[in-house]
Amino acid sequence: MLHNCQNREELMKFLTKKSVDIRKKIIQLVVTAGGGHVGGGLSMTEILLTMYYHILNIDPKNPSKPDRDRFILSKGHGGVGICPVLADVGYYPEDMMMDFNQYLSPFGMHPDMKKVPGIDMSTGSLGHGLSISVGLAIGARLDKTSWRVFCLLGDGECNEGSVWEAAMAAHHYKLGNLIAIVDRNQHMLDGPTEKIMSLEPLEDKWKAFGFNTKVIKGHDYQELLDTFEKLPPATNENPVCIICNTVKGKGVSFMENEPKWHYGGLDEDAAKSAITDIDKMTL
Amino acid sequence: MGGLSYTIEDLNSMTQGQFFGQTIADLGKSDSSIVCLTADLAKSSKIGTFFSAFPERSFNMGIAEQNMVSVAAGLALAGKKPYVATFACFASMRAGEQVRTDICYPNLNVKIIGTHAGLSMGNGGTTHHATEDIGIMRTFANMTVTVPADGIETAKIIQACANHYGPLYMRIGRGLEPPAYETVDYNFKLGKAITMKEGSDISIIACGNCVKAAMDAADKLADTEGPRVRVINMHTIKPLDTETILKAAEETGTILTAEEHNILGGLGSAVAEVLAEAGVQCKFKRLGIPDVFSVIGYPDDLYGHYKIDMEGIADAVCEIMGVERKKIDEDAD
Repeated sequence: MLHNCQNREELMKFLTKKSVDIRKKIIQLVVTAGGGHVGGGLSMTEILLTMYYHILNIDPKNPSKPDRDRFILSKGHGGVGICPVLADVGYYPEDMMMDFNQYLSPFGMHPDMKKVPGIDMSTGSLGHGLSISVGLAIGARLDKTSWRVFCLLGDGECNEGSVWEAAMAAHHYKLGNLIAIVDRNQHMLDGPTEKIMSLEPLEDKWKAFGFNTKVIKGHDYQELLDTFEKLPPATNENPVCIICNTVKGKGVSFMENEPKWHYGGLDEDAAKSAITDIDKMTL
Repeated sequence: MGGLSYTIEDLNSMTQGQFFGQTIADLGKSDSSIVCLTADLAKSSKIGTFFSAFPERSFNMGIAEQNMVSVAAGLALAGKKPYVATFACFASMRAGEQVRTDICYPNLNVKIIGTHAGLSMGNGGTTHHATEDIGIMRTFANMTVTVPADGIETAKIIQACANHYGPLYMRIGRGLEPPAYETVDYNFKLGKAITMKEGSDISIIACGNCVKAAMDAADKLADTEGPRVRVINMHTIKPLDTETILKAAEETGTILTAEEHNILGGLGSAVAEVLAEAGVQCKFKRLGIPDVFSVIGYPDDLYGHYKIDMEGIADAVCEIMGVERKKIDEDAD
């Protein structure tokens, strides 16, 4: 863990403050970048902060530490959401992102593992990350190591057939060291998931594919910590799926549940208004 | 490097697939980081030889090629050396994006073996023919593309993989045809073409099955005092041996390419690019599938149909050279 909190109470306070800080940084980054996948960036903030500050066994000073836990951002369009978190935990200085999205920048919409420290795999095309995670998890099993693979998927992404090919394989190869996390923010680019291509009953689908599945509130640190601190041992046979119910655009009133904020740009006034909202937000 | 050595007898008794299976199983003995994957084609692709030898390092991913290729990427990220085998049509098209985005883009050390390539599935028909795979694979940055001429060259490419880092695609047919090589003992280097026959009037640059067909055509024409044909085995399409191509153009003045692939995008296109950019003036023609979906039939019939068999190549040589094809009267003696 990358914090010095002594107990749950301190940790809750620490993470809650980080939620506000990171959201503001995401807004600022969207301004810098000239646009970004802000809605889905804001829906996964608590998941990422729980992972990077508390759950993952990682060392930002040694990003390729062999026994680190792997984190695969299968919803690769979350570049603008994850990069401020990686800077915050110390993979690189924040000002490295000053040219985000610009000509020759290492930072863009979809993170590149060769350019962004802390990114375990280049992603962007949906439906690839869980398969890659299956490969990593099999690799960990072959080497009899105890590191785990965490894979964060978008809910709309679960339309992709390859997600379910990967789910089938994760169960077949008894990959209890694999944890799929679904950012269930209910929206995809064109509109609500249930209107565009319905996913429900999503929990039943993951269960039917052999995953040890749990649905939690994805902005609630108590639930996130309870769930991820008490994961079954990596030696277990069943892969795990945690469906996190979230709000797309969480924290910014004019973005919440608004399909048009799947991707967007912000002028100074809009950014100011977003930041005022974030200061007032509750999780 | 594997310790397995093959004999001349093996050349005629083993298929390309068997050479592949034997060689990868042999490499697996000395390198425990090698893992193998297939999508319900362990038997057909012959990667099953490795599966039998090392079941704990073998993964049958079921009929799910996209997942298989991305899983291979994940295994490479975990420090393994994955070899993936499936039919060439599925490796290049069903899982094409996964090959590009998950293997080539991060430059991962995954080797992909596309079997039953070209027209070798015969009456399997268009769904199972792969006449686009070279074109697709060679446009992926970081990808090395190889087409062995026969079984022993298949073994040599797999052996070369042991000292090659990065994505590599090898396309093989069913390999039931007679071998191009009469020896197992020759120097092979990825990216360095091999001149199979010397000749000064015309050069045929071929890959895969067409190498042997071109050699037979050269012999046939020599028997009738026809054009003297140089035959170049371009076993690596990328990186391409431009030096050998330009030398052939300069020394023979006429180039014919022959491949079991659409004439668009494959070896012929690659050679044309080199000639055009070098500003070389020469007569040039591509033999292959003329941008159509192939008909069904036994492979030998299809090679004849698309004129990439010995007869078709010999006719094409005479046509481009503007000479009449002389035939020996088979009954003369």
